[in-house]
Amino acid sequence: MTHNIYLYIFVAAAVSCLIRVLPLTLIRGKIRNPFIRSFLYYVPYVTLAVMTFPAIVAAPQVPLAGILALIAGVTAAWKDMNMMGIAALCCVVVFVCEAILL
Amino acid sequence: MNRNKNAFVNGIRDGIPIALGYFSVAFSLGIVAKKARLDPFQGFLSSLLNHASAGEYAEFTVIMANAPYLEMAFVILVTNIRYMLMSCALSQKFHPETSYVHRLFVGFGITDEIFGISIGRSGALNPYYNYGAMAIALPSWSAGTAIGIVAGNILPASAVSALSVALYGMFIAIIIPASKANLAVGGVVSASFLVSFVVSKISLFDRMSDSMKISLLTVIIAAIAAYLFPAKDEDEDHISAESRKDDEGCISSESQKKNKDHIFSESQKEVTGHDA
Repeated sequence: MTHNIYLYIFVAAAVSCLIRVLPLTLIRGKIRNPFIRSFLYYVPYVTLAVMTFPAIVAAPQVPLAGILALIAGVTAAWKDMNMMGIAALCCVVVFVCEAILL
Repeated sequence: MNRNKNAFVNGIRDGIPIALGYFSVAFSLGIVAKKARLDPFQGFLSSLLNHASAGEYAEFTVIMANAPYLEMAFVILVTNIRYMLMSCALSQKFHPETSYVHRLFVGFGITDEIFGISIGRSGALNPYYNYGAMAIALPSWSAGTAIGIVAGNILPASAVSALSVALYGMFIAIIIPASKANLAVGGVVSASFLVSFVVSKISLFDRMSDSMKISLLTVIIAAIAAYLFPAKDEDEDHISAESRKDDEGCISSESQKKNKDHIFSESQKEVTGHDA
């Protein structure tokens, strides 16, 4: 049996929408439990950190370019550069590094 | 009204680098979509409704395999489960009175990057900020997918490679200032880097999808952190007053002033350095 591509897209969209929307609509107001509060406080930082490293090293063609982009990005963020500046800096570091090495 | 408008404009501003990063990543996703025999409109639709790189990659694999619809539901649930955690975390960023409609639309628009910038905001989250970011990032993601289906990868490899780190740069811009401001967050971020690196080297975890690893590590590390370093209640009134100011005031002059102060203190440092 062949399946309909639109139905596939619809099923995928429905499931991802439910995953994204349910907690936001069901959890109304501040959670009082200190453990869960703390847990949710740390969740974003852990998620973003886990997604960033070591993926940033694997993303470019040359791993060294990724390592240098990470170092440059962390340094710039520490010196309070804004988000767009840091994103651009990381791209430039990879571009220049690969232009030299490749 | 004015505050919402400014939040929307801020959202567009922060959404621009996201949109640029998305556009290039979506090209390669479009190539996969083409293999699954999606036409450009179907690719556009899929990306507009799903907007998840790993999730959509999995979606196209299911379509290619001509698998049952139930399998599609399960695969999407597993690859996108981290959005449930993000949604839980965002529920605490909202003002408790935020309406269902706003919760629905902000929830629909959660991606790794949009979640990231929303968390980076100080104080209660204004939904219009997310709408601004969504307004520029989601069409870019969808158009990138459709163009990828039509044209294959039209960007040179060097450009794709350089743009591939843009999104990580944005994540760094969120986690590092937070680490600097709060020692516990700094420790948790360092531990996350380390554990994530170790797990990537252990072959036992090779068969686990990246999304599953992210969710699993997040639950474990955040739970340990919550147990060891219970987060203190923020001085919420103070913070939300600050963010109101940010949305109300003229943003560019605000940040210009900040930059000027920064440069001033830098040059002062230099001067004293020379004197010494």
